[in-house]
Amino acid sequence: MKITDWLQLDLFLGVLALITRPLGIYLTRVLDPHGKTFLDPVLRPLERLTYGLMGVEPDREHGWKQYTAAMLVFSLTGLVMTWVILMCQHLLPLNPQGLPGLSAPLAFNTAISFTTNTNWQSYAGESTMSYFSQTVALTIHNFTSAAVGIGIAAALVRGISRHSAETLGNFWSDLVRVTCYLLLPGSLVLAVFLMSQGTIQNFKPDDTAQLIQPSGETATQVIAQGPMASQAAIKMLGTNGGGFTNANAAQPFENPTPLSNFVQMLSIFAIGSALTYYLGRMVKNQRHGWAVWWAMILLFTGAAVFCWWAEACGNPIHQSLGVMAADGNMEGKEVRFGIFNSSLFATVTTAACGAVNAMHDSFTALGGLVPLFMMELGEVVIGGVGAGLYGMLVFVILAVFIAGLMVGRTPEYLGKKIAAFDVKMAMIALLVLCVSILGFTAWAVASEWGLAGLNNSGPHGFSEILYAYSSATANNGSAFAGLTATPANGDAHWNLTLAAAMLIGRFLMIVPIMALAGSLVKKKISPPGAGTFPVSGATFVILLMGTVLLIGALNFVPALALGPIVEHFLMLKGSLF
Amino acid sequence: MKPLILHLRGAVVSTLILTLMCCGLYPLVVWGIGQEVFPHQANGSLIIGRDGILRGSALLGQNFSGPLYFHSRPSAAGASGYDAGASGGSNLGPTSRKLADQIRERTAAYRAENGLAAEAPVPADAVTASGSGLDPHISPRNAEIQADRVAKARNLTGDQVRELIRAATEGPGLGILGEPRVNVVWLNLALDAE
Repeated sequence: MKITDWLQLDLFLGVLALITRPLGIYLTRVLDPHGKTFLDPVLRPLERLTYGLMGVEPDREHGWKQYTAAMLVFSLTGLVMTWVILMCQHLLPLNPQGLPGLSAPLAFNTAISFTTNTNWQSYAGESTMSYFSQTVALTIHNFTSAAVGIGIAAALVRGISRHSAETLGNFWSDLVRVTCYLLLPGSLVLAVFLMSQGTIQNFKPDDTAQLIQPSGETATQVIAQGPMASQAAIKMLGTNGGGFTNANAAQPFENPTPLSNFVQMLSIFAIGSALTYYLGRMVKNQRHGWAVWWAMILLFTGAAVFCWWAEACGNPIHQSLGVMAADGNMEGKEVRFGIFNSSLFATVTTAACGAVNAMHDSFTALGGLVPLFMMELGEVVIGGVGAGLYGMLVFVILAVFIAGLMVGRTPEYLGKKIAAFDVKMAMIALLVLCVSILGFTAWAVASEWGLAGLNNSGPHGFSEILYAYSSATANNGSAFAGLTATPANGDAHWNLTLAAAMLIGRFLMIVPIMALAGSLVKKKISPPGAGTFPVSGATFVILLMGTVLLIGALNFVPALALGPIVEHFLMLKGSLF
Repeated sequence: MKPLILHLRGAVVSTLILTLMCCGLYPLVVWGIGQEVFPHQANGSLIIGRDGILRGSALLGQNFSGPLYFHSRPSAAGASGYDAGASGGSNLGPTSRKLADQIRERTAAYRAENGLAAEAPVPADAVTASGSGLDPHISPRNAEIQADRVAKARNLTGDQVRELIRAATEGPGLGILGEPRVNVVWLNLALDAE
């Protein structure tokens, strides 16, 4: 744990803090249908034309049911389109490798995976997907699923900030504005930067190089090409995470330098972090926004340092075989990133995104526990764009509820009384996560199809299964990638159960949260009194972190004990499987 | 039912328009900028030999063996390693017997090739596979250990080889980001040109 690594951590958190306010202010303009941005001269006419063709009036706002229905219909449309494209990619253009169409279960899994902002990859990018599938079928969801998430978060924030009202905003306006004013320009800048670092962007077929030192059986190297930079940019900014290649951001084209790595980590957190500022601004209590930000950042920093420490300590089994102890655990990591940037990226990505720059499956037991636990907290530490904020706000409601119970007063959040219905909706959103992760894991562990997919045995095999369903349900998309979800024998259990977990984790969480927003928006705001529990300051930050950790720990520590924790002790003992 | 039909129209039309913008216009604009401003990077940082033959990419590692070349890290990409059409890691966990066996073999081979003592510690990057299986880099310490072997096999002085290592070494980005590293592809090409 070198001093330069600590400096990098400081630099990362410092830059993140600096961009939060300006980006947050920009977000408030984007999420206001009449907000002014510097892109208005170019985009405003286009925006109007889009509304005209769609036949929607952006000023006619939706109640929670209308907003949710529009979101569901839109998601379903995209899902069907992607499913069809993937199955028919052999009939479509931009397929210079002549790749065949995907099987129905794999295409189904992938379509759901991208619709839900998960981007779990049951397929290997460069050897399965045509350029058309990558740029159209997958990239459209990288934009829209991110925009949907931000829209839902904005709707919930409107529900909190408005009073005695009915509506939560217009879904179509949120969708179009977030995509055009925020995600597209942001991705364009990011993609150009990534190309400057070495990320490819072309439509040519794969190249074949004559090796510098040809050996008996191999004299050439096939170099996968394609339109990568445009996709790599939005996969980070929209916290999707689906890689152009199988190795994702570990592949040198996708993430060529430590600088590109730094910017990618920053772009994963940028919008999620700015949304906390948006929250503070909308509820006219900026200190509350920052309190939520601090709770997220403190949880994140603790997790990142723990993961980094575990990876720097390395693996005593390998050290006893002669590996230098000072080098830490380098299996599955790239030299240019080293221990620190691999650990930091792993924590960033499982808090929010799902892209990987190192193979989490090969992390030490405790190092691998961190990404697992971050996802099981529900991706609320910064989190997927939008999803992180609305997930965290559920915890905020629970925190003020618990605080209210402790002092024996009716719980209040920003002047609104939290009633039984609100707490029920919050609890459903959280329990859905727990039931899906643990339920599917239990089923897979007890089934032949579940065990057939494993790459590792012993407790690590259990971790692979637990990781898969945690990642799918939390809509993260990273993996203990040894797991084979698409076996050669065509067994569809893995693809279908993971698809179900992704649907549950996305939509069964959004619906109760929108119901909660619909209930909050109707309430009156009463002025704060002497007994009002403040939702800013250190006490609140600690209470919120405690709520997140307590619920995460109560739900998942027993399962974690069977996987990474027992593996850690077996690793210290030198056991092999 | 009427609002649902309205939603359906909105959904279909918005999907089509956004697809045109995000999946047509956007990648094409990025492609245009890439081909104009960063043609080398956007096409894969390819290394073309003097004879016009494609030798590889500066960003993608290759397999090297024998005493004449610096060796890359072990690779789990494709069947024989460094398959740039099938990136990936071993995904073997910390208590994997298979991984421990691989590391035992690789450590013994590394010590034998480079004349290290039987108990000498070995740089971690030399005996572990990278995440992508295409890592073009090794650690400076790993390169230093291999330097004398390569110098001897090529009848060069140690200083000549170390000079080439220095030329192929990239420092941390902006002075502090990431790790110092030696690009094996550049290094071995420079050796061949010597």
